[in-house]
Amino acid sequence: MTAKLAGESRLEKRSPIGAIREWLGFANFPYIAATILLLVLFAALFGSWIVPHAATDINLAMRLTPPAWMDGGSVAHILGTDNLGRDIFSRILAGARVSVTIAAYAILLSGALGALLGMVAGYFGGWIDAIISRLIDIQMAVPSIPLAMLFAAVLAPGEAMVVFIIVLSYWTWYARIVRGEVLSLRERDFIALAKVAGVSTWVIFIRHLWPNVLNTLLVLATLQFGSVIVFEAGLSFLGLGIQPPNVSWGGMLSDGRNYIEVAWWLITMPGLAIMMACLASNIVGDWLRDTFDPRLKQS
Amino acid sequence: MRRYIFDRLWQGAVAILGAVLIVFIAQRLAGDPLGLLLPMDATEADFAAMRIELGLDQPLLVQFWRFLQSVAVGDFGYSYQWQVPAMELILDRLPATLELAVAGLVFAITLAVPLGVLSALYQGSAVDRVAKVFAMLGQAIPSFWIGLLLILFFAVTLNWLPAYGRGGFSHLVLPAIALGWYPVAAMTRTLRSAMLDILQSDYVRMARSVGLSERAIVWKYALRNAAVPLATMIGVYFANMLGGAFVVEVVFAWPGIGRTVVEAVFSRDFPVVQAGVILSALVFVVVNLLVDLSYGFIDPRIRHDR
Repeated sequence: MTAKLAGESRLEKRSPIGAIREWLGFANFPYIAATILLLVLFAALFGSWIVPHAATDINLAMRLTPPAWMDGGSVAHILGTDNLGRDIFSRILAGARVSVTIAAYAILLSGALGALLGMVAGYFGGWIDAIISRLIDIQMAVPSIPLAMLFAAVLAPGEAMVVFIIVLSYWTWYARIVRGEVLSLRERDFIALAKVAGVSTWVIFIRHLWPNVLNTLLVLATLQFGSVIVFEAGLSFLGLGIQPPNVSWGGMLSDGRNYIEVAWWLITMPGLAIMMACLASNIVGDWLRDTFDPRLKQS
Repeated sequence: MRRYIFDRLWQGAVAILGAVLIVFIAQRLAGDPLGLLLPMDATEADFAAMRIELGLDQPLLVQFWRFLQSVAVGDFGYSYQWQVPAMELILDRLPATLELAVAGLVFAITLAVPLGVLSALYQGSAVDRVAKVFAMLGQAIPSFWIGLLLILFFAVTLNWLPAYGRGGFSHLVLPAIALGWYPVAAMTRTLRSAMLDILQSDYVRMARSVGLSERAIVWKYALRNAAVPLATMIGVYFANMLGGAFVVEVVFAWPGIGRTVVEAVFSRDFPVVQAGVILSALVFVVVNLLVDLSYGFIDPRIRHDR
């Protein structure tokens, strides 16, 4: 009787979070991280509709206003303003758009390139595999930041260059892991049977290999989202990535550096945005990996 | 073992060759360097003469061969900006970068070893949780932001340490923390899982059963063996830090290779960028090679004879 009562009260006290977890059917779902990630994506998609000020609106009368909760702060500028009186909160939302757009392009392109080369190398083997594997080795032997410097020196700076540099440094990741997966898939019966049945190589790729590596690709892409955002912020911080008047979190940090002695919020807020976005996507990525592709953990 | 060394040397050589090829391709993308080298009033004939002098009239393969030859002797031409050989300029800054990378590594190890050991010994304890939080933050906080925060707290607010430049030990502290920040997480995790494996091994059980003190077991037996995977990581991270130093050096105005190359990128001083990139690729490959070859010396069980 008592045991039953205890059980009932536990049921009644079940937290709303527990209820959401049960409803989703996933254990350990990282709800906080997922919410933050959704907020970042939301800011990127609809940020320009909800911002209180335009990201490039200059208002010298309000320059270097501290965040709203501090003395001299203003509710109109929740996170304060920069040296030109531009609203930090609005700029962070605008920066989210740039970061997410670049990360999306970079991950799609490096994932597509890496997956294609990895599948080709793993499926055909032989000299094709040898060439692609050597390419991966070479790419991994050149540290990515100096490589970025090299191309930054010769290409016009801007979004396209940043995407190019990220793709150049990140495709090996996908290629290596997809190659490994395809190497083992190739030996499986359904591939052998498809070959015997005279299915064309193209169809084998699309119908039989692609669906089997898609899971891995999605997990890798989520895990890379944070790292790509940090990489882009680093390039923009150095002045080699996104160029003003376009807003980027890295660029905001670089601007704020000059006012570090008078306005701590200039370097704190954009950094927090980078950290939250990266942390959230890493946690969600880890969860996706553990749930859908636990084998990846070893690599 | 000899076969293995030979294979690794060969792979290293291919990687460096590949790096040189990438630099060569980038150089071609950069377009015609003649506009930068010749005066404004140069005639068509001057251009043609210069083109022949630089070998730009030759087929690409010949040009690449010549480029390889000059790279092999460290000749990257003169810096457009400083009028000294580019490689000399880079080598001049190498000690500062090495100093920073070593300091960053020392910081990472001094933090990672106690964190890793304690979190393995007291699984699920407060220390273990702190180590986990460190691991997550380590990946999510970029080195340049940590650098700025360190300047904000320790240089601007507290006025304890200098924020910029190279000098004595006090100048080294903040940049070393910013640079060493990232590998702490990975090192801690590696050490933790290695310690956990070893603490459950037969020889540790044996040592316990003969009554050795727990302290001797942990520090003398377990840590020594757990240090093997850590040691191999240290080499890889040291190589990575030389690249990571690019950003940290800019934050702290540290006069090393990274800052020099970034400045060269802005002034389109291509010879300096080339020299910096090839030198860092070379150091990266050589350090990784040494790490791979040292496995056998650190742990005699892993001798690569097959």
